[in-house]
Amino acid sequence: MSETVTMPMRFGSNSGQSVTRRDGIAKVTGRATYAADNHPDGMLYAVYVPATIARGRVTHLDTAAAEAHPGVVEVFTPKNRPPVVGDPDKKPFMFAIPIEVLQDDTVRYAMQPIALVVGETLEAATEGARLLNPQYEIEPARTGFDAEPARRAASGPFGRPAEVVHGDTEAGLSRAKQTLDVTYDTPAQYHNAMEPHAIVAKWDGDRLEIDTPNQAIVLSRGFYAYYFGIPAENILIRSPYLGGGFGSKAVPYSPLVLAIAAARKLDRPVKLAMTRAQMFGPVGHRGATRQRLRIGIDGDAQMTALDHVSTAIVDSFDSSFPEPAANASQGLYNASSLHSLMMIVHNDIGVPGAMRAPGEASGSAALECAIDEMAEKAGIDPLEFRLKNYADVEPGTGKPYSSKALRECYAEGAKRFGWAGRPIAPRQMVDDKGFLTGWGMGTALFGAPMFAAQARAILRPDGTGLVETAAADMGQGAWTALAQIAADSLGLPLDKVEFRSGSSDLPDGGVAGGSGHTATAGGALHAAGTDAIRRLGEIAAADPQSPLFGTGNQGFVARDGRLYAARDESRSEAYADIIARAGGQEIEGKGSAARPPEDAERHAMYSHGAVFAEVKIDPVLFQMRVTRLVGAFAAGRIINPKLAESQLMGGMIWGISFALHEEARFDKRTGRIMNTDLAGYHIPVNADVQRLEVITVHEDDPYVNPLGIKGVGEIGVTGTVGAIANAIWHATGRRVRRFPIRIEDLLLQQ
Amino acid sequence: MKRFDYMRPLSVADAVSAYKPGAAYLGGGTNLLDLMKIGVMQPETLIDLGRIAELEAIEMLPDGGARIGALVKNSDLAYDRAFAAAFPMVAEAILAGASGQLRNAATVGGNLMQKTRCTYFQDPHSPCNRREPGTGCAAREGDNANLAVLGWSDACIATNPSDMCVPLAALGAVIEVQGPAGKRDIPIANFHFLPGDQPENETALQPGELVVAIRLPAEAAAFARNARYLKVRERTSFAFALVSVAAALQIEGGRITEARLALGAVAAKPWRVTAAEELLAGQAPTAEAFARAADALLQGARPSGENGYKIELARRAIVRALQMSAAGTPKRMPALPASSFAEEVSHV
Ligand SMILES: Cc1cc2nc3c(=O)[nH]c(=O)nc-3n(C[C@H](O)[C@H](O)[C@H](O)COP(=O)(O)OP(=O)(O)OC[C@H]3O[C@@H](n4cnc5c(N)ncnc54)[C@H](O)[C@@H]3O)c2cc1C
Ligand code: SF4
Repeated sequence: MSETVTMPMRFGSNSGQSVTRRDGIAKVTGRATYAADNHPDGMLYAVYVPATIARGRVTHLDTAAAEAHPGVVEVFTPKNRPPVVGDPDKKPFMFAIPIEVLQDDTVRYAMQPIALVVGETLEAATEGARLLNPQYEIEPARTGFDAEPARRAASGPFGRPAEVVHGDTEAGLSRAKQTLDVTYDTPAQYHNAMEPHAIVAKWDGDRLEIDTPNQAIVLSRGFYAYYFGIPAENILIRSPYLGGGFGSKAVPYSPLVLAIAAARKLDRPVKLAMTRAQMFGPVGHRGATRQRLRIGIDGDAQMTALDHVSTAIVDSFDSSFPEPAANASQGLYNASSLHSLMMIVHNDIGVPGAMRAPGEASGSAALECAIDEMAEKAGIDPLEFRLKNYADVEPGTGKPYSSKALRECYAEGAKRFGWAGRPIAPRQMVDDKGFLTGWGMGTALFGAPMFAAQARAILRPDGTGLVETAAADMGQGAWTALAQIAADSLGLPLDKVEFRSGSSDLPDGGVAGGSGHTATAGGALHAAGTDAIRRLGEIAAADPQSPLFGTGNQGFVARDGRLYAARDESRSEAYADIIARAGGQEIEGKGSAARPPEDAERHAMYSHGAVFAEVKIDPVLFQMRVTRLVGAFAAGRIINPKLAESQLMGGMIWGISFALHEEARFDKRTGRIMNTDLAGYHIPVNADVQRLEVITVHEDDPYVNPLGIKGVGEIGVTGTVGAIANAIWHATGRRVRRFPIRIEDLLLQQ
Repeated sequence: MKRFDYMRPLSVADAVSAYKPGAAYLGGGTNLLDLMKIGVMQPETLIDLGRIAELEAIEMLPDGGARIGALVKNSDLAYDRAFAAAFPMVAEAILAGASGQLRNAATVGGNLMQKTRCTYFQDPHSPCNRREPGTGCAAREGDNANLAVLGWSDACIATNPSDMCVPLAALGAVIEVQGPAGKRDIPIANFHFLPGDQPENETALQPGELVVAIRLPAEAAAFARNARYLKVRERTSFAFALVSVAAALQIEGGRITEARLALGAVAAKPWRVTAAEELLAGQAPTAEAFARAADALLQGARPSGENGYKIELARRAIVRALQMSAAGTPKRMPALPASSFAEEVSHV
């Protein structure tokens, strides 16, 4: 089968530039308003009461005490819950989870809402909530991997299968010359965006306005319409800025729905801002995993089998999101047999969900360490081992990659890092101050999905542009990168294009997730801009007074506010002139973007990368530091190098966090998390992040989407965790198969 | 948050006379306000010391000692050149604690009085003998990886988290307090209590007494040339210690004449054993001598849960801190104070 391939078009002068974040000044000067900054007249404050047990029943709430507290307006409990129309236990849409809106008195996880107190002030509501002093009938909490025998997951998240089999890994292992069988543990991690979830809800009859940070604005509108039994068009969601999302702000969660319900019942605007501690429960998290990896290699160090079974801890009542860690072993290394399987263990926890690089972060942490261990056994350099097992087509499926510049990533990353000459054996390098020094690497991999989005582009009579799509800027820079795409599609400089976004009354910008937002919303903007230009061209070509008259069949080039005949650039005219003669009406273009299923079938689509890490470790105290990280990534067309590098760096810093810091610490008896604040839940601080270098490797991808964009939002986490753990082994000779790696682990392994 | 009265007296005498049971003194609020927000502390009255000018001075005394008002900010003390020159390990310990923002707000009186970071203490829904006598100790069978390995009891295994207090204990600081019954001095060794069977009795302060100043004796300045603080932690900065050590030496002709040594984050008070210091006197500053001192300091250490590693870590940290101190106090404060990663030099 032959196919025609059009290389991604050369874009105008905006894309490819390191334009500085356009919302930066508003943010650092406090002019950018976040959801909780809104105070409509008459607003009340809602505080939800979190369950302080993980499993059981609420037997008593001291509502009299709470109601008597000055300033308390209403105390909602299961006895007088504010009405919610849609069934909270149903899952109306994909990605939806059952929510707790006081439908009964059961407690299924700690921090679950069990009551809502609304007050004239935050202080009054807070104290009212405390006074409720819940009493419980406690059932023993199920905590940890030993809570029950693991069982097969019914399916994986995102509609993916729980098990993927290519060939016979048992046979592959038995014919292998050398095998590896290791188990790695990763902890539960909680999204701790700088801005905890917040909502301000205001009703006007059956119309609802909400200010809330949201990564999927139009999708969420449908959810809220379901819960409140009103048409989606009656709902306006404003979400201009998010203080981070990381996957936890895509769907409505219980506290947000409760606040809206309370506002309706009380007929006054209501604000609910979650506390940091409340982030550890009802708003999703990255589930803990225990991953067994078995690898076999033949005499040539070629992989004969890669078998990856990940057991994920899931909640007890939905179980729809087993952290899909085993997926990480699909699509990367050329093993002649491949098997990945997801298992689950139920705990009394809130529903896990997508958290930056879901599946791949945890899965690649274990996989890249296992690959390093296998290379060690084979006695060859881990980079060479990876190259020996390089996949030129997607392993298992045999699909060609839409593009894959991973070899270049390996080469450029290794060169910049100075990988050559690294001793293969561990504990060989000591720096001039006596610190054990280790170098490790990992391969980064993340899918390059695309969702569906729409956009509108308008050419105004003065020749400037207006573009609209309900995209979400979580801090990644959508306000800037998407405007760059739109400006190029309209053939205008960036400052001549007004960009409206972050509100549900605009065309659906799709989900800011899966690292697919720039491709998706950008694709729609590009289509809309192209459509507007096409219409403009039609007008000009039909207008005898235009220099472009009659050039319609050769097409146009739009540049800097002028339209040029494609094959004769001496013929051109300014947009404003064309529009003026046509009657001065603005010209509207519409666009949408989605990946045709055939395209997705034909090619395997991923972003790739290689991460190299240096660690230094005190030889006596074992305090660790990541002194250097170099990441080389191939992610298709880069719209804004500065923003893309920031995203990749942010991902790599998350990798440091995963490797060395982040962990929810459960009390095994109560099932409650004991470090629910940022003093106890560690993420890296500045001093933990030293030299960080990002290289983007050029990649033209004619298949992923018309713009050739993949994604950079999540991949940075993936190779980094393994690279750091492998560097720690290289420095110390010790394999720690549990994340985060602690001083204690190295000390006790002596 | 529970309603409370708020007062802002202008003198210590007024503060003391404003005191009544159920009141609490407020310093920078970086600990107390957090605990009030989560319902762990619920004072009826807050007596804000913030306007009491007499508590704000750092005085370098003519005899070489120092007197620090209780309201002096952690940062101001650490960055006071004369003070830091005379008592470098106190400055280093302060700068190893918390973050810049917190140190700018926190007072030395508050630092001395800060509560344990035992997570069960910080959670009003857990049994905790220290917070609510007689309810039990949730930490004993719980998440106790960073709790005590010395001086703990069955009733409580919490640690004192202060960095500043560790060198203060090593140097024999004296706490000046004032209360309804007048003024008195309390040696720091007697200031914080081990839990015994009454962990709720945390310090020697009597009801209504407040910390007025911290005094460092003149002899403490004699260690300035060889005095270091070392803090082992799970992040390079902004983390409480797993183990910390204040180590100060006087070395003459290649021999230690006097040593001061205290351990932090291992007990409900900074852990000082003078016998360990005496073992060092007259010795050459060798790893062997340091190891003997470490053993003596850790005499009686035992895990209170899953924290046995802290004993081995402490042993190593003691030797390292003594080595660092023997190598001499750095001329400038390291950019990463009290860290084993001390390569860079800071701007102060
Ligand atoms: C995130 C975080 C990280 C931290 N990390 C560290 C660390 O690494 N190392 C470290 O040592 N500390 C650390 N701290 C603790 C910090 O040092 C203390 O919070 C601070 O020193 C308390 O001082 P303050 O003036 O704010 O006290 P406040 O919060 O005002 O008071 C604390 C207690 O002392 C009492 N009090 C205050 N002043 C007096 C007085 N004059 N007389 C009698 N009683 C008084 C109060 O009643 C209260 O009980 C950290 C704190 C936070 C929040
Ligand atoms: S260790 Fe002490 S502070 Fe912690 S729970 Fe036990 S009694 Fe309370």
